[in-house]
Amino acid sequence: MHKTLNAATNAATQSPVVSLKNVHKSFGTLKVLDGVSFEVDRGEVLVLIGRSGSGKSTALRCIDRFERIDSGEIVVCDHRVSDPKLDLRALRQDVGIVFQSYNLFPHLTIEENITLAPCSVKGVSKAEAKEEARRVLAQVGLEDKLHQYPEQLSGGQQQRAAIARSLAMQPKVMLFDEVTSALDPELTGEVLKVIEALAADGMTMVMVTHEMGFARGIANRVVFMHRGKVHETGPAAILTSPATPELAQFVGTGL
Amino acid sequence: MGGTLNANHLMFLGYGALWTIGLSLIGLLGGGIAGFIIALCRISPNRIVRLLSAGYVQLIQGTPLLVIMFLTYFGLPTLGVTVSPLTAASASLTIYVGAYLGEIWRGSIESVPRPQWEAAEGLALSRSQRMMKVILPQAIRIATPPTVGFMVQIIKNTSLASVVGFVELARSGQIINNSLFEPFLIYTIIAGIYFALCYPISRISRRLETRSGPARLSLGTA
Repeated sequence: MHKTLNAATNAATQSPVVSLKNVHKSFGTLKVLDGVSFEVDRGEVLVLIGRSGSGKSTALRCIDRFERIDSGEIVVCDHRVSDPKLDLRALRQDVGIVFQSYNLFPHLTIEENITLAPCSVKGVSKAEAKEEARRVLAQVGLEDKLHQYPEQLSGGQQQRAAIARSLAMQPKVMLFDEVTSALDPELTGEVLKVIEALAADGMTMVMVTHEMGFARGIANRVVFMHRGKVHETGPAAILTSPATPELAQFVGTGL
Repeated sequence: MGGTLNANHLMFLGYGALWTIGLSLIGLLGGGIAGFIIALCRISPNRIVRLLSAGYVQLIQGTPLLVIMFLTYFGLPTLGVTVSPLTAASASLTIYVGAYLGEIWRGSIESVPRPQWEAAEGLALSRSQRMMKVILPQAIRIATPPTVGFMVQIIKNTSLASVVGFVELARSGQIINNSLFEPFLIYTIIAGIYFALCYPISRISRRLETRSGPARLSLGTA
């Protein structure tokens, strides 16, 4: 009995947290994803790079079912995302997503932003949720902003608060969609530091970014997307010694 | 018959003005409830519900309130339903105001930036939770100035209830004029009372518009 349980948990830890298999997706006649496959293991940081329009953001959004795929298979934390009968809310409790434009709720304080989902989705008590809010805000260095409104914070602070809001749901995987693209270099730095700390804590992450230096430092795996396909993939080292001319050209212009 | 304008006449006008206010409030309340339901139907995930509510709005917006009043007051009795002037006027206003407020509120809900929906979805909130806790609080802020502005339209439109014999401000003016025959004087007083009712409300609406400016701006960048 004990053995089978152990075997089961072993199998669970070995199966990837996120897996895309031969995913196809078109917007009208435009083919955005053309047979994309990749996997993300527990504790791994996968960085999606590529030109605008290469499909990297769409691939990321498909993981949280913000886009429906035309064919292929996506499995995230044992949720079959490509299944029409998917329990969407169960999936989204396991997946945290942070957007380029922060998307904090402007009519709520930072604390209310963070406690909203744990209280109304998970049924956590107000007191517990507030405790958790304090903890996640400390994690992103904003414990003093608890009672402020989003508009009173800088862009970098808002983005960190948005990360904290996602963390409060205790997701098994975090998705970051160009989270620093709206920020100036100084504010970018403070957000990236938070993400680095999360990676060091062992959080599984998939991120789309244009920060090549950051990608090199944090990625366990890099996926370079080009024209809707995974054009080149490998460890962070491929950013310094790319195998394909397209990636060479991309990092050449990116650095 | 005849005579000059006296205190009794003014009392009578005051009474009519009270009914104008009362009918406006009924229209706002009834139309508000109807409008809220219509706004929700207009953005429903169900296509049939969306089409039906859109059809309702198109139909009512393309029909004069006067005709709706006639239909409810004179049309319904031919179907065996007799209604009092108050009921007919209230029902007509509810039908009419509901269509317009429904559209104003649908627009307000839809002008809450799309990413706000996505952020709420990403946090696993259910559709009704997203609506109640994230979208509506922001939509209400956007909807307040045009809604208050529309109140002015409601007040003025209650004058049409006079055609079904309901004695509100315009009708009470008519009645007094029938005995005094001083149309210029009496209708000037009537116009003055309508203005006194409407002007403060349009001022409030304009104040709200300028004040909600920065709030909308911050919604845009959020």
